[in-house]
Amino acid sequence: MSLQVTDLMVYYRTLAGDVKALDGATFSIADKEIMGLAGESGCGKSTLGNSLIRLDGRMKYIGGKVNLDGAELPIWDNAGMNEFRFREVSVIPQYAMSAMNPTRKIGKMIAELVESRGTQFSEIKDELEKRIDHVGLTQDVVNRYPIELSGGMKQRMVMVISTLFDPSLLIADEITSALDVSTQRAVAETLVSFRDHGYVKSMMVITHDVSILYQIADSILIMYAGKLAEKASTKTIIDQPRHPYTQMLVSSLPEVGVRYADKKLTGIPGSPPSLLVPPTGCRFRARCPLAFAKCVEEPPFVEIEKDHSVACWKVTGPNA
Amino acid sequence: MRRYFGRKLLTYLMTFFVAATIDWLIPRFMPGDPVAQLVSRSNGISPEQAKALVDYYTRLFGLDKPLPVQYLNFWNSLIHGDLGLSVYGHGTPVTDMIMAAVPYTLALLIPAILLSWWAGNTFGAMAARRKWLDNTALPVGYVLTATPYMWLALVLSFVLAFSFRLFPLSGGYGFNLEPTFTWLFFTDLVAHWVLPFLSLFLVQFGGWAIGMRNMIIYELESDYSRYLEALGAPQGLIRKYAFRNAMLPQITGLALQLGVVVSGSLVTEIVFSYPGVGHLVFAAIQSNDYFLLQGIFMFIIIGVLLANFIVDIVYVVVDPRTRVAMRGGTA
Repeated sequence: MSLQVTDLMVYYRTLAGDVKALDGATFSIADKEIMGLAGESGCGKSTLGNSLIRLDGRMKYIGGKVNLDGAELPIWDNAGMNEFRFREVSVIPQYAMSAMNPTRKIGKMIAELVESRGTQFSEIKDELEKRIDHVGLTQDVVNRYPIELSGGMKQRMVMVISTLFDPSLLIADEITSALDVSTQRAVAETLVSFRDHGYVKSMMVITHDVSILYQIADSILIMYAGKLAEKASTKTIIDQPRHPYTQMLVSSLPEVGVRYADKKLTGIPGSPPSLLVPPTGCRFRARCPLAFAKCVEEPPFVEIEKDHSVACWKVTGPNA
Repeated sequence: MRRYFGRKLLTYLMTFFVAATIDWLIPRFMPGDPVAQLVSRSNGISPEQAKALVDYYTRLFGLDKPLPVQYLNFWNSLIHGDLGLSVYGHGTPVTDMIMAAVPYTLALLIPAILLSWWAGNTFGAMAARRKWLDNTALPVGYVLTATPYMWLALVLSFVLAFSFRLFPLSGGYGFNLEPTFTWLFFTDLVAHWVLPFLSLFLVQFGGWAIGMRNMIIYELESDYSRYLEALGAPQGLIRKYAFRNAMLPQITGLALQLGVVVSGSLVTEIVFSYPGVGHLVFAAIQSNDYFLLQGIFMFIIIGVLLANFIVDIVYVVVDPRTRVAMRGGTA
């Protein structure tokens, strides 16, 4: 068991009150697993990803535990987390295109970064060169400034930097969002190859694009309005989703061979609830076609079969 | 690289041409007749004598020729380093008068500009990371930078020179001294220098400190800082990067500020009767002295353009993005 998250709660402090962006998440990621984390905007998926590596100023840790390879991550303690960051947990940020210091040559920036973490640059130099080849960049990239690279090149460079210390968990946050479809595929394949080469042990790929996850993820976790909705293997999520939200999300994806001029692609009617004052019970019930009396109570996130968990009264039965 | 500097140089030459032309125009469109003013200083002369004097001075200053010829003559003598004769100085060459005043102005300006820039940036960077310093320094900085140079100069001279008598009130050195290479003269020079320097330094210091503080905070919120934090880099490294990048706009700011500072030094010198270029401008205006005014403006134009050109070069050295832009980029 690589990562074990138990009842993690992280809120945003705002003037209007706490926004309950992540309200009790319990799941695990196995060694070598690439877990996709999907959901619509504002469902708390990025909050979950960020909270595992760095809480920014507005985020407030409320409760829960995070255990990585048997050690508890002190995610509430910004200074205490430093020792785990980069070496154990690392991130490819959403803003990979602008993640490198514009006024430093890339090689010098990497050297200063690893040396600030107590490792001599010479120790990782060979590995760095190997990985630059691996992602298809030329070795002279270390003598260039970030502005001299294209967006895709910068992204690949950041992927190399983030995984230099072979972290146990890599969080990839919306990294394909700003790319065109062919580049998306290349980046997705690079992520898988990083796992296969052992550059990272397990991975959490955050995206709103379920089709990307279909290509690379071993399992998918679906979130809705700050809560976990369903987690199962990719095949199960795509072919036999149980949670009504997952079902509607998956059915709203376009299919190969269907002409959408004839059959209109459907979405999910309605919009997610405010997380400032979330509704009691199941948060999806206002938009759920299957909602019934029991849904005013909060459904537990339970395992209905091996490696398949769902939070829905219709699936688990009212007596669960 | 050569094309970049070639283009820059051309821009500066064109700016110089336009500025010099305007410089030539301004005094000629000013109301008042400088020759008549000069003649009126000679008391007790008959109208005939006065007429002869007017003729003499008009020819001496080349004012009898038509304007286009005067303009060409202006460029011709400018190229030969001749800025004409001063009416105020009773025929002393303008170049000599400016050269006598320049050391005072430079001794005032260069330390004031560079020290305030250095101190303001350092202080601003410190304020960005300490809450209590930020809370006290920021309002003071805003007040300082909003203060007009000459008002601060008046306050300083009133409080420190007039009330407490810590420093001399005006002049470049004591009236009882002759410029010599002695310790006594030197200390007296420094004592006269302190107040004009302070009034220039303080105003600029406030501006730099606020600018730096805001830039640092902006840089610390930027993506590359967040990425370094996510990778557990120590605050020292992140701040070092933020400071370096925040310096870039400050260097541009220095170039823009130069012109403002020069005019600031003019009024400061007038307040303290400091024998620099600013004081000379004042005198030139009061006595309708075309040539002197024109010469001083020319000197300021050259100074500001030169300083900007130096900043351009410095920028190429410190910001890799300028170098990329020069090559046309490879991205």
